[in-house]
Amino acid sequence: MEVSKPRALVYSEAELDRAEGAVIENLKASAQQPIPDRDKWLDEELKKNVLLTTVDAAINWARRSSLWTTVCFPACCAFEFITTAGSRFDISRFGMEIIRASPRQADLMITAGTLTWKMAPNVKRIYDQMPEPKWVIAMGACAVSGGIFRSSYSVVPGYNRIIPVDVYVPGCPPRPENLLYGIRLLQKKIAKESLMKSSQA
Amino acid sequence: MTVVLSGTEIAGKLREKFPESIIDAKPQFILVKPESLLEIATFLKDAPEYKFNYLTSVTAVDYYDYFEAVYHLTSIDHNHSLVLKTRCAREKPVLPSVVRLWQAADLQEREIYDLLGITFEGHPNLKRIVLWEGFQGHPLRKDYLA
Repeated sequence: MEVSKPRALVYSEAELDRAEGAVIENLKASAQQPIPDRDKWLDEELKKNVLLTTVDAAINWARRSSLWTTVCFPACCAFEFITTAGSRFDISRFGMEIIRASPRQADLMITAGTLTWKMAPNVKRIYDQMPEPKWVIAMGACAVSGGIFRSSYSVVPGYNRIIPVDVYVPGCPPRPENLLYGIRLLQKKIAKESLMKSSQA
Repeated sequence: MTVVLSGTEIAGKLREKFPESIIDAKPQFILVKPESLLEIATFLKDAPEYKFNYLTSVTAVDYYDYFEAVYHLTSIDHNHSLVLKTRCAREKPVLPSVVRLWQAADLQEREIYDLLGITFEGHPNLKRIVLWEGFQGHPLRKDYLA
């Protein structure tokens, strides 16, 4: 078999070096002075401390960008939630990578699973222990309405019987994308809240 | 693999010791009278040739006319097993408790009491386990309306 010839170089090595040298010389010639700061005209104190926004926008941005979830995983939807928190779907993109074991440090409850009446007082208690402001996402058919266990003697037909729900995510179980969409909806909902309105209410 | 002992064979030997107390025996199980359940169970647990020292499960079934309790016995020493059954009337659902023989029966007898309403006499702590106190009825009974 015949070995093909190596591709002929466009430039000789000396020409390559000269071209590279020219690029460097040009850059050096055009960079004799430092680029001026754009906020040079501001005085020192002002430059470091002023950021203009509204209080609502700033607080809502902070709240929706760090939704910490408390543990309320009574049934199988929990696995879908765990997948959502894992590296493939990565809930931490939305500032929620910290799943709090203590409800006192959480502001979001994702109710992942079937709730029985025997368990209901404990879930209510976890919700009551969460500090304000707090939100609830009902995840899965059981959390939305009781699901296939709705007519059972022992199952709570929907979490909204015991705690107020903000976003309903249907599915049995919902896929991680579905849950992430629900979280995005909740973030949009939080973005519309106003301190003035809530203080009047 | 655990050897499943034939109910008819064991029942033949039990009849010598406990005449009148065995109602029925098939290869799959032995059906005994509830009043002699405890002494037969004690014998099966203590006799060196059987030595059923491990209670795999206790459960009960609603057959409309009567309730039937099912005891799955296993011997860890001999690696064999046996199914023991007994019945109680629907109107008077009372059976003797086997907790003093096998501690494993504790929670399962409570579950049967909770869901089928069979009272186990001699149980140390007979109260509801799955449902809450104050729940009306026994949901696994066939006549329970959800």
